Amino acid sequence: METIVLPHLAQYPLQVGLFLDVQNAQFLRQQLLDGNTEFEYAFLDAAVLLSRQHVLAACFRAINDMLQSRMKSKNVHSEIVFSLSPNNNISECFRRFGVGETTTNIVAIKVDSNTFRIQEHLQKHVQGQIVPFTDETLASLRDEARVRKAYKVDQAGPEAEAFIIGSMALKGS
Amino acid sequence: MSFTAIPTASNSYELNDSNEVQPFHSLPPPFTTISSPGQTPSTKLIRQGAEALLYYTHFLSPSLPCALKYRPPKSYRHPILDKRLTRARILAEARVLVRCKREGVNVPAVLGAGWEEGWIAIEWIQGSTVRDAIFGRKTWRQESQASHEGGEKDLVDWLCGREIAPSRLTTSNLMLRPTGSGAEGGEEPSAKSAATPFDGTITLIDFGLAAQSSQEEDRAVDLYVLERAFGSTHPEVEHLFPEVLKAYGESYKGAKVVLRRLEDVRMRGRKKSMIG
Repeated sequence: METIVLPHLAQYPLQVGLFLDVQNAQFLRQQLLDGNTEFEYAFLDAAVLLSRQHVLAACFRAINDMLQSRMKSKNVHSEIVFSLSPNNNISECFRRFGVGETTTNIVAIKVDSNTFRIQEHLQKHVQGQIVPFTDETLASLRDEARVRKAYKVDQAGPEAEAFIIGSMALKGS
Repeated sequence: MSFTAIPTASNSYELNDSNEVQPFHSLPPPFTTISSPGQTPSTKLIRQGAEALLYYTHFLSPSLPCALKYRPPKSYRHPILDKRLTRARILAEARVLVRCKREGVNVPAVLGAGWEEGWIAIEWIQGSTVRDAIFGRKTWRQESQASHEGGEKDLVDWLCGREIAPSRLTTSNLMLRPTGSGAEGGEEPSAKSAATPFDGTITLIDFGLAAQSSQEEDRAVDLYVLERAFGSTHPEVEHLFPEVLKAYGESYKGAKVVLRRLEDVRMRGRKKSMIG
């Protein structure tokens, strides 16, 4: 797992883990739906992620919106999922970008400085194999068709990514 | 605005009473964290324009340099008007950039935006402005200039074909990004070090006054601005501008109409009427 510090948001470090072949996706989803405070994480479906930058852009947007008191969802973690989506309907965002019943590969993110506690908790409760959170790994897990559908682009290349990150920055304007 | 080397001396910092370094100019949240020069991210003021401040900093990752454009509040304006104007201009610029990117035009990517706070973070374009590159040339050969002009025209054509009038279209707002040069690091590659200084891709920057418009008038005005700027800044290659206009005329469907409109616009300048 990795601790990522976003430039200018040093007080809000991210604990990030990429889990492959997760067996208990349904359980994790249920914790979120129940609002279990022990499971306040952003669980992202790795199949629709374009790159580290894509994920970090969503995190920046979510944390900044939290700091400016203009989040549209319940907490900063749900806001990360919300920021990924071009859609303003929160349920649909979770369906597209969050953990679903068929999700096998998950990126788990927590905005928290307590690295050890978070890593321990995730490793204990997410039944999957941790792999490095890199662009190469994400590329191998990506479902291009789902990306194209979710973002309404013709092809999921680097140009599309620049456009998508720009759209994420403009969301809600 | 033209970009030259990133200042290595932090002349945009000053020491306060407790001998801590703090930015001399204002920054919006969340960029207000004061960091000592050794720490990342270091935010450096690059240019101060009439409307906005331009900073060099990093965004999303310490290895991703970005240009941070910030429109600070203007106290001479009524506060409500100021807020609305700032918000509108930041959004307009961001939207045009994203739209251009979607259409495949070579513009910097938008990384983030805080329209209520008045900032936009865009991809840092390494290289020199076309303006500086033209100045950098010691001798002139028609062929290489024509190929360079072609690249420039392509960009402008794209924009006009897609109903975006860039406004402020001068060679200072065209960046020449050298091919084969690394995009990382803070060093500016010398414009003369490339085999031909004009190798590279042209990126269009500074959309501060851009508007989405399909009026021939606006496009003709932009061409006229480019023509005048070109003539006054680069008189030694002024004779090449008709090539630019010729390429423009052949570029897209409505172009010839715009060229005719250009003649009208030229007629309108001050002291042009030959009367009195």
